[in-house]
Amino acid sequence: MLNEFLILMKQELLLCIILFITLILKISDNENSPRNWAGIVNSLLLINFLAGFILPTTGELFNGMYKVTELMIFEKNMLNLGLLVVSLMAHPCIKTHKHLPEFYMLIISTLIGMFFMISSGNLLLFYVGLELSTIPMAALANFNLNKSSSSEAGMKMILSSAFSSALLLMGVSFIYGTTGSFSFVQITSQLDNNALQVFAFVLLFTGFAFKLSVVPFHFWTADVYEGAPVPVAAYLSVVSKAAVAFVFITVLYKVFGTMANIWYVLLFLTSVLTIGIGNIFAVRQENIKRFLAFSSIAQVGFILVGISSGTQAGEASMIYFLLIYLFSNLGAFGVVNVVSSMSGKENISDYKGFYKTNPALSWFLTISLFSLAGVPPTAGFFGKLFLLTSGASTGNYLLVGYAAINMIVSMYYYLRIVKAIFMDENAMPIANIKAGIIPGIAIAICVIGILVTGFAGGVYNYIYSLSSGI
Amino acid sequence: MSGVPLTHIIIVSSLLFFIGAYGFLTRRNLIAMLMSVELMLNSVNINFIAFNKYLFPDNLDGLVYTIFIIAIAAAEAAVAIAIIINLFRNTRSIDAEDADQLKN
Repeated sequence: MLNEFLILMKQELLLCIILFITLILKISDNENSPRNWAGIVNSLLLINFLAGFILPTTGELFNGMYKVTELMIFEKNMLNLGLLVVSLMAHPCIKTHKHLPEFYMLIISTLIGMFFMISSGNLLLFYVGLELSTIPMAALANFNLNKSSSSEAGMKMILSSAFSSALLLMGVSFIYGTTGSFSFVQITSQLDNNALQVFAFVLLFTGFAFKLSVVPFHFWTADVYEGAPVPVAAYLSVVSKAAVAFVFITVLYKVFGTMANIWYVLLFLTSVLTIGIGNIFAVRQENIKRFLAFSSIAQVGFILVGISSGTQAGEASMIYFLLIYLFSNLGAFGVVNVVSSMSGKENISDYKGFYKTNPALSWFLTISLFSLAGVPPTAGFFGKLFLLTSGASTGNYLLVGYAAINMIVSMYYYLRIVKAIFMDENAMPIANIKAGIIPGIAIAICVIGILVTGFAGGVYNYIYSLSSGI
Repeated sequence: MSGVPLTHIIIVSSLLFFIGAYGFLTRRNLIAMLMSVELMLNSVNINFIAFNKYLFPDNLDGLVYTIFIIAIAAAEAAVAIAIIINLFRNTRSIDAEDADQLKN
């Protein structure tokens, strides 16, 4: 029993151990001789990522409250990689920071929460995991204690997440009232789609929509991304969003599979709004972090199109897209972070003439933006292709056509930045930036990922073999 | 246990929920907004306990969930108040309208 417990929960337990190591290092720290904190924690996170591949055991614990499947192990490895890249990316702005151990404690505890959320087979564990992954996120958004924009971001994040979890809990309470259980398996067998259950499901959907920043519940996103430190915004836009999306698809397909006709309508409406509004607002942004926030809202809209099919391909294409999105968005944020921490410039107009002074960083940013836009040689194209193909399998060509047209609109605003980098003249471009080796590794991982995941067809086939439909 | 029927309790909790939601959307004082959210969470707690007591009295699932909600709401309030205090130190105001640096 104990062995089973240790092996099945190894990824969570390993993160807990790292959390306690950072805590002990913090307590034993000597103010006069600061240690090489970042080096220690980064190597621990690298070990954690590699250990995720050892002993992939599947099974259930606590009467099905906690379960592990091969797909979940894959998802957790993805999130581990995301945390590692964010941690490497954050190195230049965090290595001399007084509160570095707190940064890692908070960010690791959010990841533990996400892992429990992904593995949950019960609404109780799901709720605890969700809160564990959002409450420390708000503290992280407020990490620059002296900047009022940072505390404003934290305030907006915690209030909107508290409101959304209240809505979600109201939905959970009605589901409990009509089915008498919190276990996913028993809820599924008790569902009879009466009006109260549909109402409860809509509330639950709203809670998820808040966390995924689906329009019309996206208001906090741009403000939080702009105010939070860049690595935190990157983590929020990729790792946190991916974790919620994984659970969202489990809840839709496995728990509420019998309500497919209801959530199809909800997904249809929200995806049309999300893609449209994300694109319209992304066009007119001047701050690059706000721009990336709205572009990530539009990307979530494409994910909703993909999962609306309810097939095995729907789940596989979503996870494949999120893997590519992890590399592309972290690559873009990685370059933005280097520029922002070295020169303090965050506006798109500051990037004019960037190629003259920083050719390598310009290329990395361009490849990431091309991948986000879905230009063919990069992986982003294949990700969007599979999502739209899966969306088309329901026969709703109106929605797929709308999404495809919006992809062209999104080309405009991604290429606007590329144009600023390569073509626009600027008398005072950003000076040459020495990124340093560690954030360089982070950006290199992302660019390699963008190029490899697109051409290695085995990745999609592997994910497809692990996925399942309704 | 004959007096109060379940529907009355659900009506009270729904009212409390919508009062909370209304307060969250209309109040501009950050502490008052936080209080409104707590009101919503409490209405959920009433729901859970009522369902457990009236419909599924042979197990304690609903009560356990309520205890978790109370504990997590306390943690959430602690973090939220810490952030609001930090915001107050930076801007000298706890009015949501004054926190408007991040607008475009």
